[in-house]
Amino acid sequence: MDTTALVAVLQEAFPAAGLEPAPTSDLHETFYVTPADAPAVLRALRDRPDLRFALLAELTAADFWPREPRFELIYTLVSIEHRRRVRVKVRLPADAARVATVSGLWAAANWLEREVWDLFGIEFDGHPDPRRLLMPEDWQGYPLRKDYPVQISMKPQTSEPTQVTEEEFRANIARDRLARH
Amino acid sequence: MGLESEIPVLTTTVEKMVQWARRSSIWPVTFGLACCAIEMMAMSCSRYDIARFGAEVFRGSPRQSDLMIVAGRLSRKMAPALRRIYDQMPEPKWVISMGACASIGGVFDNYALVQGVDQVVPVDVYVPGCPPRPESLIYGIVQLQRKIAQQKLA
Repeated sequence: MDTTALVAVLQEAFPAAGLEPAPTSDLHETFYVTPADAPAVLRALRDRPDLRFALLAELTAADFWPREPRFELIYTLVSIEHRRRVRVKVRLPADAARVATVSGLWAAANWLEREVWDLFGIEFDGHPDPRRLLMPEDWQGYPLRKDYPVQISMKPQTSEPTQVTEEEFRANIARDRLARH
Repeated sequence: MGLESEIPVLTTTVEKMVQWARRSSIWPVTFGLACCAIEMMAMSCSRYDIARFGAEVFRGSPRQSDLMIVAGRLSRKMAPALRRIYDQMPEPKWVISMGACASIGGVFDNYALVQGVDQVVPVDVYVPGCPPRPESLIYGIVQLQRKIAQQKLA
């Protein structure tokens, strides 16, 4: 089954999902899907017995500013059972850069989506833990966007607030004492 | 220092004695951030052998250290941790900024890295290079020893 066949199979199940094969310079099977239908198509890719893409190998994004739609979200899926990988792309416009989370489908998506939100500002609706992953918690802006001022110079932080409350700190010490006796 | 001819003692001042003791056993804290740390390790090993200058005892705890060699580029997210380790070191303490990245940001002129660790901790000696060769770092430590030899007690 090549990309066209795969897209044809999926098109039968999701006629409105805007599925189209994408050109690639490598030999990876790649196709586009609309943001609204992405979760359902990805679920089908994971669950259908003839596909079984059980592994989300990578989730990343690309910024094509100033072109519209500006962002492309790229899911790389691996089917261990059928020895196959596929790349699913989702085009996102600048004014609606959001898509539903797939962290319920692949646990690996949790941190990958946090990373993409942290660096590109693409929001994942329904994400269980939407915090920054790589940048400091109080960071402003999304550094991997093409219009981000990369060479900005800000005063570095020299301290950070305590990450545990006093009660948690005491509980930690008490637990440590118990473990030792 | 004067050698008394009759009795087997050396006379000196407390200040000179303390300066000699401090500069002769600088214990660096193990704090390698990037590729400069490889040169720092080379410096401490037998080929370059910083033990000749009494600074070979790298400690895993800041509480036992006198010197922090900031070996590599410091990211903004790491800056609070660097400052905390510096604050945990007992006085007197010194800092060597090793390499271009630690001193001025090096080739990484961007948002993610601190453009010079002197924004975070006070630096005593800057060692240029990318990365500096172990000899350069040894020279930096010798410069630091000269500096310590001039520090007044009061």
